[in-house]
Amino acid sequence: MSNYFFFIGLPYATIVIVLVGTIFRYMNFGFKISSLSSQFLEGKELFYGSRPFHWGLLSLFLGHLIAFLFPKSLMVWNSVPLRMLILEVVALGFGITALYGLGMLVMRRFKHKRLQKVTTKMDVLVYVVLLTQVISGLWVAYFARWGSAWFPTVLTPYLRSLFVLDPDITAVAAMPLSVKIHIVSAFALIGLIPFTRFMHFLVYPFPYLFRSYQYVIWNWDRKKIRISRKLVNGVRSKNN
Amino acid sequence: MDIRSQIAMVFHLDKCIGCHTCSIACKNIWTDRKGAEYMWWNNVETKPGTGYPSKWEDQDIYKGGWEKKGDTVTLKGAGKFKGLKVLFHNSNMPVIDDYYEPWTYQYEHLFEAEEGDDQPVARPVSLITGDPITPKSGPNWDDDLSGSEDYAKNDVNFKNLTKAEQEAMFQLERMTMHYLPRMCNHCLNPACVAACPSGAIYKRGEDGIVLINQKKCRGWRMCVTACPYKKSYYNWSTGKSEKCLLCYPRVESGQAPACMHSCVGRIRYIGVMLYDADKIEAASASSNDDLIKNQLDIYLDPNDPEVIAAARKNGIADSTLESAQKSPIYKFVRKWGLALPLHPEFRTLPNLFYVPPLLPTMAFVNEEGSYETTSESFWGAIEKSRLPMSYLASLFSAGNEEVIKNILKKLMAVRLHRRAETVGDLPEEESKGAMKDVVMDKDTADAIFRLTSLPLFDQRFVIPPAHREEAMEMLESTADVKGNTGFGFKEPPVRGL
Repeated sequence: MSNYFFFIGLPYATIVIVLVGTIFRYMNFGFKISSLSSQFLEGKELFYGSRPFHWGLLSLFLGHLIAFLFPKSLMVWNSVPLRMLILEVVALGFGITALYGLGMLVMRRFKHKRLQKVTTKMDVLVYVVLLTQVISGLWVAYFARWGSAWFPTVLTPYLRSLFVLDPDITAVAAMPLSVKIHIVSAFALIGLIPFTRFMHFLVYPFPYLFRSYQYVIWNWDRKKIRISRKLVNGVRSKNN
Repeated sequence: MDIRSQIAMVFHLDKCIGCHTCSIACKNIWTDRKGAEYMWWNNVETKPGTGYPSKWEDQDIYKGGWEKKGDTVTLKGAGKFKGLKVLFHNSNMPVIDDYYEPWTYQYEHLFEAEEGDDQPVARPVSLITGDPITPKSGPNWDDDLSGSEDYAKNDVNFKNLTKAEQEAMFQLERMTMHYLPRMCNHCLNPACVAACPSGAIYKRGEDGIVLINQKKCRGWRMCVTACPYKKSYYNWSTGKSEKCLLCYPRVESGQAPACMHSCVGRIRYIGVMLYDADKIEAASASSNDDLIKNQLDIYLDPNDPEVIAAARKNGIADSTLESAQKSPIYKFVRKWGLALPLHPEFRTLPNLFYVPPLLPTMAFVNEEGSYETTSESFWGAIEKSRLPMSYLASLFSAGNEEVIKNILKKLMAVRLHRRAETVGDLPEEESKGAMKDVVMDKDTADAIFRLTSLPLFDQRFVIPPAHREEAMEMLESTADVKGNTGFGFKEPPVRGL
């Protein structure tokens, strides 16, 4: 029964919460979307926490994404044992890097009183979920070897079945507890996006790469000012 | 030619008395909030000194501003790839201790303290943690400490000075200082705008004021690094960056910004400048020697018929053109050539210009052991100024001493001329000679004197009307809301579902 709840109910609930929640928050609470950086209050220790944590987690996310999108290519890669070993060791490395960074971040939060002043209850929850996620992931990597070999055949079909609205949990239900925890906490992490600082990874500044450096806004264009008699749309303010 | 209008400013440093009234006016209106206590959008520094945040001028530390790269410029410490690479930890960003930890005093304790043997005191407490602290630095901590080992000696502008010149500046009888009020320069080539990954910072087309859209800001803090003047601040409480907004609600309604309005020494001037936006890139990328000339050449003569025609074609209102013709900024910067931008080598093309200070001449201790400041001429020679010319050149002209010397000579000529006019105790050849030296006629000298010493309020602040009647269109088209029901109801009256 709990399998149905955690592997069918939870994922779909997560998707609904994330879609509705993020859009609602973005539209109504624009001011409250920020990376909420605390570097200004403590800059040195953040370096040893933030950099390894973010790069480690980003690489791991990318790895999971590849396993989900290109399971066959992954299996071909893994057909040579040495290549699989290299892949696993690299992934484990990123996992340890992320855990080290996360540990530093948590310690830093508790150590400095200045930082406690900008730490909310939701931030604590974020740390709990992230720690669960990273530790269970490392646990799986070590005790449920070799993840890159079984992920394409077990988890990729499950995730795909979720996407095509025909969930099949037989394989997932048979997984060890550590893998189940890892999956559930992943869904929890995604579901928390609209309620926590996780919002910041949805506003990662990709558009910056494609705009010109300088940015000038004319609140109104004197040359194109619209005549009130004509009820057609003129040039509207871009700022309001 | 792409003509735009820009609100620009001149600060006359000879008149600044360092009273910080500007800073307080600004603080009371804009930054007396949680997370913003440490921010001083306007601050006054003592030079020589390290300033606020400490050593802000040293771009080896903070990596602010632009660097010349071939025919163009690139951001020194931010930008598309450099910036996104360090998004998770911004290596060159100042932290709160580079500014200061804001504090208040426990005044309630004076009233609520238990009866005891000692007088109750109001202890300083941190405005961040609430814990008692001992303040060790503040926004004007080095106020008037121009001879101090800790502050003045670490002034970044001393880098280019010889050992002897540096020594001279710290001998008691030769010591000198001047004040440097600073605020956002509302640059033509703003590094903060270019560095903002979220695209939250923009320059307003109509008047050139640079603003941060608080809803779009995501707190990536790149503007803090990129601004070489360190005039973009991170609010640690809201997680958003903030900066001087040139009191745009006041400017739009024809009032001077609070810092300018409250200026006790009346050192501040504000007005409109017309400039050619097509020249921005070339000017910011010019070689170090031409930098100051090219930066000032961007501003156009508002009386030139060609410029007026091009400006009208670009949609600049006649009232703005009229203000530009009366602009005190145009007079100081272009007509008389008396004002220079602060650190033009940062290449952001700042719109805040300074009339450099005429400082006292060198003093010496004579044979009888007494302090001697008299010199042969009525006012001491500029070459014997206590502040080395190279120091002022490092501040205002990217090292070009000739430009500074020329301005100081002009200022001196005006003084000599007025002394000859009003008191008449100077030999004629001295005042005439000084005027001839800088090619200045009597009328110009009198005009400079009048705008410097006796300007009326409306001559110091020439703010173009914002055209409120048309500005309504900035927010919405009146045609859209015509015929809508009620007050405060902006939805079109469409039948509901």
